[in-house]
Amino acid sequence: MNRRAQYEARQKRRALIIASASTVFIVLALVVLVPLAPGWVAVQKSFFSWDIFVRSLPKMLDAFTLNIAIFLWSAPLVAFVGLLIALARSVTAPALFPLRVFGAGFVDIFRGLPVVLVIYLIGFGIPGLGLPRPWNSPYIWGTVALVLTYSAYVAEILRSGIESVHQSQRSAALSLGLSERDVMRYIVLPQAIRRVVPANMNMLIALQKDVALLSFIGPVEVLRQAGIYKSLFANFTPYVVAAVIFLTFTIPATRYADYLMNKQRNERS
Amino acid sequence: MNEVKLRLEGVSKSFGKNQVLNGIDLDIAEGEMVCLIGASGSGKSTLLRCMNCLEPIDDGYIYLDGKDISEPGLDLSDIRRRIGIVFQSFNLFPHMNALENVLLAPRRVLGKSREELVPQAEELFTRFGLKEHMHKYADQLSGGQQQRVAVIRALAMRPEIMLFDEITSALDPVLVHEVLDVLRALRDEGMTMILATHEMNFAKELADRICFMDGGQIVESGKTAQIFSKPKDERTRTFLKSLLVS
Ligand SMILES: Nc1ncnc2c1ncn2[C@@H]1O[C@H](COP(=O)(O)OP(=O)(O)OP(=O)(O)O)[C@@H](O)[C@H]1O
Ligand SMILES: [Mg+2]
Repeated sequence: MNRRAQYEARQKRRALIIASASTVFIVLALVVLVPLAPGWVAVQKSFFSWDIFVRSLPKMLDAFTLNIAIFLWSAPLVAFVGLLIALARSVTAPALFPLRVFGAGFVDIFRGLPVVLVIYLIGFGIPGLGLPRPWNSPYIWGTVALVLTYSAYVAEILRSGIESVHQSQRSAALSLGLSERDVMRYIVLPQAIRRVVPANMNMLIALQKDVALLSFIGPVEVLRQAGIYKSLFANFTPYVVAAVIFLTFTIPATRYADYLMNKQRNERS
Repeated sequence: MNEVKLRLEGVSKSFGKNQVLNGIDLDIAEGEMVCLIGASGSGKSTLLRCMNCLEPIDDGYIYLDGKDISEPGLDLSDIRRRIGIVFQSFNLFPHMNALENVLLAPRRVLGKSREELVPQAEELFTRFGLKEHMHKYADQLSGGQQQRVAVIRALAMRPEIMLFDEITSALDPVLVHEVLDVLRALRDEGMTMILATHEMNFAKELADRICFMDGGQIVESGKTAQIFSKPKDERTRTFLKSLLVS
C-alpha cells in the first residue's frame, strides 16, 4: 500500500468510527428520552398498536393496489400529454402561434394551482354536469385532474431538455437536408428525453404519492382506507401502516432516481 | 475555366445592427477549391452558413448551377442536400453511432433503404480509414475521427459542393493531418469545395484560389501563389504579416 492509500484508509476508518458513534448516541437518546415524554404511553397506544397494525395491513395493501392501478394508467398519459404540450410550446412556425399560446396557458394554469384544488374542481365539477353513467365517476375525473397537473410539470421539464440540446446539433441536422420535423424527432427529442429522465423519475414518485389525494373525492385507495379504519378502531395506527406502505415503494424509487442523476452527472463531466 | 457552379452577387447579411456580410460577390467554378481567410469575426462562417441556406440572406442573390437559391420560400431541404457542410465542432449526433449518423439523412431525405445504403457507407468508412470505428459513438472517437465521420456523413448525401468551416481548429496538430488527407483526396476527385481556415499552410497547399475577407467583404481574391507572394491590398498584407509574427 502506498503512502497516499494508507492515508486515505486511515481517514476512512476515522470517519466510520465517528459516524457510528454519533448514530449510536442519537438512537440511544431517542429510545431513552422519547418514552420519558408525558404523553408517550397514549401516543404509543394510538399510533403504534401492533395488534391494529396486523389487523389492518391486509386490507390496506388491498387498497394500495388501487393506488398502483391509478398510477399505472396515469403515468403513460402524463408522459404523452406532457410531450404534446412541450412540443406545442416549442413550435416556431407562425401559423402555429395559437398552439404555443395554448401550451403556455396550460402550463401556467396547472402549475399555478394546488393539486387538491384541481382535483376538487374537476373531480366534483365535471360529474356535476350530469353525464351518463361511467362518465360521471369522480374516479375518472379525479385521475384526469392528476394527469393534467402532472403533464404541466413534465412538459416544462421536457421543454428545458429540448432547449438544452445545443443549437449546432440542429444546424448539423438541417444542413443535411432533414426537415424541421425530422430534426425534432430524430435529433433533438432523443437527446432531450435522455437528459430529463432523472427529473421525470422524481415527478413519477411525486405522482405516485399524490394519487392519495384522490381520497378526498371518493375512490377507496390506501389513504381513504386508513381513514375508514381509523374511525372503526378509534386508533391512528392505520395511518402509520399507510406511511410504511408508501415508504417501501418511494424510498427505493428515490434512491434509484438519485443514482440515475449521479450517473448522468458523472458521464457529463 | 470550368462552368460556374456557385455564384454570389451582392450578398448581405446583418444580425440586428451588426452588418456581418456587406455585398459579397464570388464565383466558384466546378471542381474548384477556394479558401476563405481573414481575421476572427470577418464573416467567414456566416458566409458559409448563408451558402448552405442555414442563414437567410438579407440582400443579394445566390445561384447554384445558374438557379437562384436565395429566393425566399424555396424548399431549403432540397438545396441543403446538394451542398454539404462540416462545422468546427459538435458535428456528430451523440446518441447515434457513426454508421447511424451517416445513414439518417439519406434514409429520411432521399428515402433510400438501409440495405442499399450500408454498402455505400461502408465503402466511405473504408476509404477514410474508419471501417473499424463504424459502430462507435462520438465520445468513443478522437476529434480527428469525429471530423472524418462528419465528412463521410455529408458525402453520403452525394453533395455537389462541400463547405468546411475551420474543421481542424479544435484538433491537436497530430490529428490535423488525418483530416487534411481527406480534403486532399476530395480535391483530387474534383469535388467543388470552399474552406474557411486559419491554417495558412492548408490554404497554401490545397487551394486553387484564396479569398481574403475583412469586415464582411471580400477584400482581395486571387490565385493562391499570388496572394501569398504579392498581395495587392494593404489589408491583406497586414493580415498575412500579423500571422508571421504570432
Ligand atoms: N447567430 C448570430 N447572431 C448574432 N451575431 C452573429 C451570429 N453569428 C455570427 N455573428 C456575428 O457575425 C460576425 C461574424 O461572425 P463569423 O462567425 O461569420 O466570423 P468568422 O470570420 O467565422 O470568425 P472566426 O474566424 O472567429 O470563426 C461576428 O461579429 C459575430 O459576432
Ligand atoms: Mg468562423
